[in-house]
Amino acid sequence: MRYLRFGYVTAPLLGALWMFVIAATVSVAMSFATGAAFRPWLPGALGLGAVLGLAAFWLPRAWALSALGAILAGALMSVGIGPVVTGAGISALSFVLTALALGIGTGWPLALFLRDLPVGVLTRHQFEGAVIRFLMGFGYIFFTAIVVIPFYVMVMTSLKNQAQLIQNPLDFSIDLSQGWGLFRSYVELVRDFRFGEYMWTSFYISVLTVLITLAFAIPGAYAVARLRFRGQAAFSRSILLIYMVPMIVLALPIYIAFSMTGLRNSITGIVMIYPVTTIPVALYMLQGYFRGLPAEVEEAGLMDGLSRLQVIWKITLPLSLPALASVSLYVFMIAWNEFLLAFMLLDDPSKFTLTRGIASLNSSEIPRQHLMAGSVIATVPIMALFLGLEKFMTKGLTAGSVKG
Amino acid sequence: MSDATPPIGTGPLARREARLAWGLLFPTIFAVAAVVVLPLIAVFWISFKPVELGDLRPPEAIVREDLRGNPEAAGDEATLRYRLRNSSAEAGVTGVVLTDSWTPGLEPVAIDPRCNLDGAAFRCDFGDWEGGHRETLTIPVIVGQAFFDNGAEVDDTPAEIAFRSQSVLTSGEFTLDNFRAIFDGNEFWSVLGVTLFYTVFGTIGALVMGLFAAMLLNHSFKGQGILRGLYLFPYVAPVIAVAFAWILLFDPFSGSANALLVQMGVTDQAINFFGQRPLALLTVTAFEIWRYFPLSFLFILARMQSIDTDMYEAADMDGASPFQKFWYLSLPMLLGILSVLFLLRFIWTFNKFDDIFLLTGGNAGTRTLTVNVYEQAFAVSNIGAGAAVAVVIFGCLILFSFFFFRFISREEGL
Repeated sequence: MRYLRFGYVTAPLLGALWMFVIAATVSVAMSFATGAAFRPWLPGALGLGAVLGLAAFWLPRAWALSALGAILAGALMSVGIGPVVTGAGISALSFVLTALALGIGTGWPLALFLRDLPVGVLTRHQFEGAVIRFLMGFGYIFFTAIVVIPFYVMVMTSLKNQAQLIQNPLDFSIDLSQGWGLFRSYVELVRDFRFGEYMWTSFYISVLTVLITLAFAIPGAYAVARLRFRGQAAFSRSILLIYMVPMIVLALPIYIAFSMTGLRNSITGIVMIYPVTTIPVALYMLQGYFRGLPAEVEEAGLMDGLSRLQVIWKITLPLSLPALASVSLYVFMIAWNEFLLAFMLLDDPSKFTLTRGIASLNSSEIPRQHLMAGSVIATVPIMALFLGLEKFMTKGLTAGSVKG
Repeated sequence: MSDATPPIGTGPLARREARLAWGLLFPTIFAVAAVVVLPLIAVFWISFKPVELGDLRPPEAIVREDLRGNPEAAGDEATLRYRLRNSSAEAGVTGVVLTDSWTPGLEPVAIDPRCNLDGAAFRCDFGDWEGGHRETLTIPVIVGQAFFDNGAEVDDTPAEIAFRSQSVLTSGEFTLDNFRAIFDGNEFWSVLGVTLFYTVFGTIGALVMGLFAAMLLNHSFKGQGILRGLYLFPYVAPVIAVAFAWILLFDPFSGSANALLVQMGVTDQAINFFGQRPLALLTVTAFEIWRYFPLSFLFILARMQSIDTDMYEAADMDGASPFQKFWYLSLPMLLGILSVLFLLRFIWTFNKFDDIFLLTGGNAGTRTLTVNVYEQAFAVSNIGAGAAVAVVIFGCLILFSFFFFRFISREEGL
């Protein structure tokens, strides 16, 4: 470690590593965007990165370092020894874009990483600060890439057709001239595969699940949080225990019981089962919130002659609206995303939920852009709901320990 | 003045409160008992039963009635026919009794000794049938004018058949074969090994990634909210959607990931990520980490933001370096939430079914215990063996929750 703690060692080292990260990122991004061949070239990336790292001592301004990076990257790439090697037939525009992305992607962060770094011996603070900034930069790129790529592939695949997909699996460029034709997979799903109906089924099953869950969980949570009775501690523990029982263990007897009573293949059966899987979670989240409410307000209500139930209805519930919102949102998400029970219990295509509908698209006869379009249809509403109410969601998720 | 003594036992007020509490809890207890406790008992019961998927329908006696011989005028001869069978090939039914109301205008020539006709009430007593029993009861009849006048058909009044049958599910027959079958051979141990690998590495991976992501977002900067929302996507999206996206992404023939790797020169030929041992197990573990790091990240971030900044200022004064601050301050503060998260995630990863089922279907060395329940019960259609695996899972769960409660009582954070 001690040998690394010199400005003239640390800077080129971080520069070289960072350049390689950026070269790989830019290649992947350009490949996904254009479908043409881009690949990072290790010696080129390390070399140019080291040079830029050293240059940061004389050009501490971010824009200057970026400009230098872009110019050098462009020059080296044009003779084929740049950080990114391109295949034949790359348009001039994407060439320039690549060089610019490499320059800015490397120069700007490097200027930040190596800010105030002396050329000579570094203190431990300076060295670790630079390394941590480097790691954080890497982290942002890494996490964003792993989260975005699958969703990007999902959306783009749904907009293409089978022949295009086989021909070049990397080419996700979209032919905008088709206009609405881009969305033909979606149109076909709604028209020929009843996805409109499935969406409606999923929606009302989820809403019913939320309502039933709340109807059960609110009184239960209040009792556990506020009322004194023997077995209270044991009860709140067994809630946790119950929500650790794996669904597949329960699914087997439920399947048998439903087959025998004819509840299989019916929405009623699903609506009977879903809330029970969410009640323990909801109860646990709500009782945590109820405990946090000041008991004095409720006692004041009791003194003024309200009964317990009136206290719950007139005082506790209005005070816990935010918690109710996040619990509802969370339960809605569980019900909307539920797959196992829907898969086992529903066979009749007229009663499918969205997730069951997508599972039925997974066959070799159905083109895969349909499968991805179905996935997008299932994902977009829950994402929109979630992003719109993100505050409630994150709070709700952390309020009760949450099942996944 | 008499001594004031504290009340002994519970007073009426406390009793009323307890009554109200149980009243409020009753719906939940009832629902949970019906859908969780009863099925659990059922799983134990079934695991000792020699029951297959086909046995779910109990044997039935079935009857069909028709009139043969096309009578056209009064006085013609015809045959009234009852075709009878036992729906099950193996299990018997007992006490089979056929009842029908006799169609007016038909004059029986001879009646089977097991049957009698009393006015319009026709009744046959067949006793017990073996599995796979079938027979045809024929009654020659003379068709009278009344039959044509009424215009009735013989099956206007459907023949009714009463019987007693015993489903294997409710019989007194027990066996240990299911457990013998699942513990037999090396398969069980390889399944257990795969489960443990998936659980341990999936949990640790998700925790480490979550910790890393939480540190990234533990600063306020522009776009922090957007990134936080974005990093939660894998967890919020329906599992079936993201699982299929991964399958397409890593498809060996037309997947983008393979095309990318070939183009970058990392590999010469396409890699079958979900189809070959032991890579498939690594890929499904990576999926598990990818899907659940957001959860750990949320919890860790919430805890991080509640750490007092005074401590860091003090550490700065003492000259602690950034890594030292992380190692000696942040990590010990996070240890509580990390251990609780580890236990929770461990149990839930152990219980995970959907992910592997969708990604590989348990093939290529990725069959975990939960996938094995499904495989045994529905692919091999041996419900009993599936239930036996479920019992094993439940046993492991009891073991884990024992540890869990020892910890959670200390870590009241959750």
